Amino acid sequence: MKVAVTGLNNVDSPGPGVPVIRGIKDSGKFEGEIIGLLYDALEPGAYMREVTSRSYLIPYPSSGIESFFDRLAYINSFEKIDVIFPTLDAELFAFSKLSGKLNDLGIKTLVPTMEQLVLRGKDKLFDFCTKNNINAPYNIIASSINDLYALPKELQYPVVIKGIFYDAYVAHNFQEASAYFTKMASKWGLPIIVQEFISGEEYNVVALGDGEGTAIGAVASKKMYITDKGKGWAGVTIMDEELLSISQKIIKALNWRGGAEFEFVKKRDTGEYFLLEINPRFPAWVYLAVGAGQNLPYAALQLALGEKIEPFENYEVGKIFIRYSWDLIVDMKKFEDITVNGVLRND
Amino acid sequence: MTKKRYEKPIILKQHSGMMNKFGSTQTFRPITKIDDVEIDSLTEKFGSPLFVFSEKQIREKYRKLNKIFKTRYPKVRFAWSYKTNYLSAICSIYHQEGSWAEVVSEFEYDKARDLGVKGENIIFNGPFKSESALEKAIREKALIHIDHFDELYSIMEITEKIDLTANVAIRVNMDTGIYPPWNRFGFNYENGEAMLALKRIIHDERLELKGLHTHIGTYIMSAEPYRQATLKLVDLAKEIYDNYNVRLEYIDLGGGFPSNNTLKGQYLEAEQLLPTYEDYADAITSALFELNLPSDELPVLTLETGRALIDDSGYLITSVFATKRLSTGKQALIMDAGVNYLFTSYWFNHKVVPTKEISGFTENTIVYGPLCMNIDVIRDDVVLPVMHKGDKLVVLYVGAYSVTQWMQFISLRPNVVLITEEGDVELIRAAETNENITEQERLPEKLSDFTLTD
Amino acid sequence: MSEYKISDNLAVSESGFLFMANSGESFTVNETGRFIINNLKENKSEEEILSLLTNEFDIDIDTAQRDFDEFLTLLRNLKLVEEL
Repeated sequence: MKVAVTGLNNVDSPGPGVPVIRGIKDSGKFEGEIIGLLYDALEPGAYMREVTSRSYLIPYPSSGIESFFDRLAYINSFEKIDVIFPTLDAELFAFSKLSGKLNDLGIKTLVPTMEQLVLRGKDKLFDFCTKNNINAPYNIIASSINDLYALPKELQYPVVIKGIFYDAYVAHNFQEASAYFTKMASKWGLPIIVQEFISGEEYNVVALGDGEGTAIGAVASKKMYITDKGKGWAGVTIMDEELLSISQKIIKALNWRGGAEFEFVKKRDTGEYFLLEINPRFPAWVYLAVGAGQNLPYAALQLALGEKIEPFENYEVGKIFIRYSWDLIVDMKKFEDITVNGVLRND
Repeated sequence: MTKKRYEKPIILKQHSGMMNKFGSTQTFRPITKIDDVEIDSLTEKFGSPLFVFSEKQIREKYRKLNKIFKTRYPKVRFAWSYKTNYLSAICSIYHQEGSWAEVVSEFEYDKARDLGVKGENIIFNGPFKSESALEKAIREKALIHIDHFDELYSIMEITEKIDLTANVAIRVNMDTGIYPPWNRFGFNYENGEAMLALKRIIHDERLELKGLHTHIGTYIMSAEPYRQATLKLVDLAKEIYDNYNVRLEYIDLGGGFPSNNTLKGQYLEAEQLLPTYEDYADAITSALFELNLPSDELPVLTLETGRALIDDSGYLITSVFATKRLSTGKQALIMDAGVNYLFTSYWFNHKVVPTKEISGFTENTIVYGPLCMNIDVIRDDVVLPVMHKGDKLVVLYVGAYSVTQWMQFISLRPNVVLITEEGDVELIRAAETNENITEQERLPEKLSDFTLTD
Repeated sequence: MSEYKISDNLAVSESGFLFMANSGESFTVNETGRFIINNLKENKSEEEILSLLTNEFDIDIDTAQRDFDEFLTLLRNLKLVEEL
């Protein structure tokens, strides 16, 4: 069995690749090799012997889906990959589009459909929530700075200004809002989402959908330490029936296929949960779910292979993850190999 | 001893930005042929730059789209959008496939008539139809899609004057959830303007109401707005049947489906984002069935698809005239075609592909056109192999709007050829000559003579 | 005798990978680039290098000269070469 995993950028804003691989290996049932797929020669997971056997550089899907596919097909021609496990937002559209062609090469994937990806998009999420009776902060889709002049009454400052793919800032007045608007429009393009700011504590759920409406697993957590980049550096599993039932409802409504992370805020004055975002892949803290008893990465691998699996029933509350950094020492030769030949071998 | 293949020496500094936007490695699929014709043989015979269209691809795409709609809805009609590409050869391919003509000016109207399209098979759109054009269209039984009340009143006056009836429809604009909404064309649905115009038409005995038309925008990257638009037209159709017992012959959803081109400012490539044509067809046809009519009473679904039909079948071959290193060290190419032939490069990041196999050594490159103007940039950052003078690039997906919006600016416009289904290469528009341009000019007698300073 | 001096700190590997020991920068070169750098390291003159290049590769002297100049500009920009 050969599984290729992306997102080995275990840096200060880490990709989920390394924790996903650890989950698969921790299952004790996995026999085979893990191959890394890299967008950058210095992604740490490629240099970690206990994580990847070999890694290959691949082009960004944004540079062209054909050459992206060609490179994967080339690597597959001698590696014979069974499953590709994509873990990053920006590549999911490409993998979703290519899932049929990859299947023809004998490569299985577990990725959301294009329709699911569009529906959970930041610009569509509010509509989706309204239709399915899920609380979500009110928003408007702004296509020009003029839209900021006439905000509807539901939007009082402070508001959240969000890019269509990444980034979000809280703006306290019109001046700040228009500055963020311009900044994000130039970086990620239009439209920009202007969202109601809801004050309260944030909670996250990592979940896995089987594509037929069933949540195979879902684990809720609260971040305990947040870096200046807004990433959780420590977190704890919690149990709240309501949080989990909303998560199941989302998976059912979308027939979600694959891993996901739901971000919620619990409104300070009413205690209601508001859905802020659906990330269409596992978060980097997915290993906490493994540690708490739900090996969601391995379950996702089983789903990708077409195996029938039973949903997880529960998990341990009060398990904590604490992230740390660790310096690897490698020879220049390794960097040369990946730079020049596009392959790095740990075997 | 045979010598090794030469490639220009090059050195690149490695810098690692985690998850930067541009790829560190790149594999290319060069294009050496279009259909089965070698690119080199095309430029040898017809020069560079050169626009190339593929008859085979045009027909295949048309048949594919036609089939997608016809398998979902019993009555479907396409009307070729002249403004997208009005080269006679191109229009005629669509007419051979059965397409009607959709025109937006008197020039286009006359062009369609000259090609042999009957007035009754022409849809006349647009906000600017002169009185003479309207009269001609009325006499020839064309379908006039009325854009505003002034036009409606003009038509009423003309029909009265010449005592003929006119075949009309109205264009409707509406909120379909897309941003920004197109509200400059047609009559608004939400504020009741559309219904008011329809009433006026129904009450005028010289106006024959044939259909409803909308065109919600361009490059619409989602199918849902089409469902919304169709539902609103269906709503209007039901209302005029219930109140006035008028049945419509057709409902025209216009165009606006995107092609494979990637818009500027769009982070992901279009190919990864766009819904399939099946999605659009499902959205439109499922909404039409809301009319709850038996199959033989359903209106014809008219589509004015332009870009989605032709864009992918058009190519621009262009040659490297010079290579340059900018002071930043970046590779710059000066091509023999620029924004004068590719007006569309103002809003698309056109896909450019080399025409021969390369070593795999690639770098970020800026691709300039030949004009002595700072804005003449085809791509400002694209990963390309090491390029030499005389090498060629193919610009993909340029079938729509390029050969109608191109400019005769500074230089003359190049040849346009069609690769036929049989594999022959036919010249369908000859390169311009100085005479073509100057024959329209008149030089006053007193300016015909001069003596220059020493 | 060469007119240019490639830094002694630059290590050039077979694969076309370059490492500059005193600055920590790394580079990649293609085959012709490596060919020129190796010959510059051996103190060959511009004329000698051009003649070697045109013998080894399928290229005329004028193009080779032009590309050599451009390559030298790149090396200068990257501070990998000094004029003697």
